[in-house]
Amino acid sequence: MAEWNPFEGMEALRREIDRAFQDFGLREEPAQRVAFLPGKGPRRYPLINLLEDKDHLYIEALTPGVNPQSLNVTVLQNRVTISGEKNGSAGEIKPEAFHRNERASGKFVRVVDLPLEVNDGGVDAEYQNGLLVLTLPKAEKAKPKQININVA
Amino acid sequence: MAEKTVLSRAQQANPPTREDTRSQERYITPPVDIYETADGLVVKADLPGVAKGGLDVRVENNLLSIRGKANHAAPGEPIYREYGLANFYRQFELSEKVDQLKISAELKHGVLTLNLPKAEEAKPKRIDIKVA
Repeated sequence: MAEWNPFEGMEALRREIDRAFQDFGLREEPAQRVAFLPGKGPRRYPLINLLEDKDHLYIEALTPGVNPQSLNVTVLQNRVTISGEKNGSAGEIKPEAFHRNERASGKFVRVVDLPLEVNDGGVDAEYQNGLLVLTLPKAEKAKPKQININVA
Repeated sequence: MAEKTVLSRAQQANPPTREDTRSQERYITPPVDIYETADGLVVKADLPGVAKGGLDVRVENNLLSIRGKANHAAPGEPIYREYGLANFYRQFELSEKVDQLKISAELKHGVLTLNLPKAEEAKPKRIDIKVA
């Protein structure tokens, strides 16, 4: 059995506090505005929700204004990569013509590590009203097994 | 275009309540682009999860209100959340120079595009110079 070391506990606490304050300043800005800024919003676009039911995992990603043709989803074991491009309003519009320019735009890649393995053959992706919904069937070996109890 | 609502942190897991009506309803301020073209103003707003039926755009007393109801049924139990879909709400004060009867709206891929044409009298006119 390891000896109790009070300094170890303090070090762990300090690290935890550091982690809690790590992205303190970032939270002040809306996610959209920093989403494509290099260094500020790395790998945080699109925002996702992860859901599950008995046989599937679902990833819902907020991708308004992203052309579904530009979206690219790849699945390898338990790693999902979503990439694409969001087109902004800019282009032929002169910068001085803008009254407000809050919708960030650019190319994005996001890698999501799933908590369990999925069957990458049966993945289904649907884009509707600016939401991307991925349906990922859980791999057979990742599903919980019901064990019957024999009563003697 | 003056804004009537305070720009708050958009798209967060627990959006604030609407203060001006004291209603308990939670809402999100959608990010918008507003730019001017030769014919008028274009407003683009990101409204993910809002279908045509859940969208309400109206002009009253020179106030343009955008209300969107995110209508999306979750397919399963949430295990990790980065965003919450609440109702969208944002208001802008329109200039007198916008022709309010000719405003058109389009919803595509979760983005609302509003065309606010300038009134005839507000359009720039070229004045011919006669050379004597």
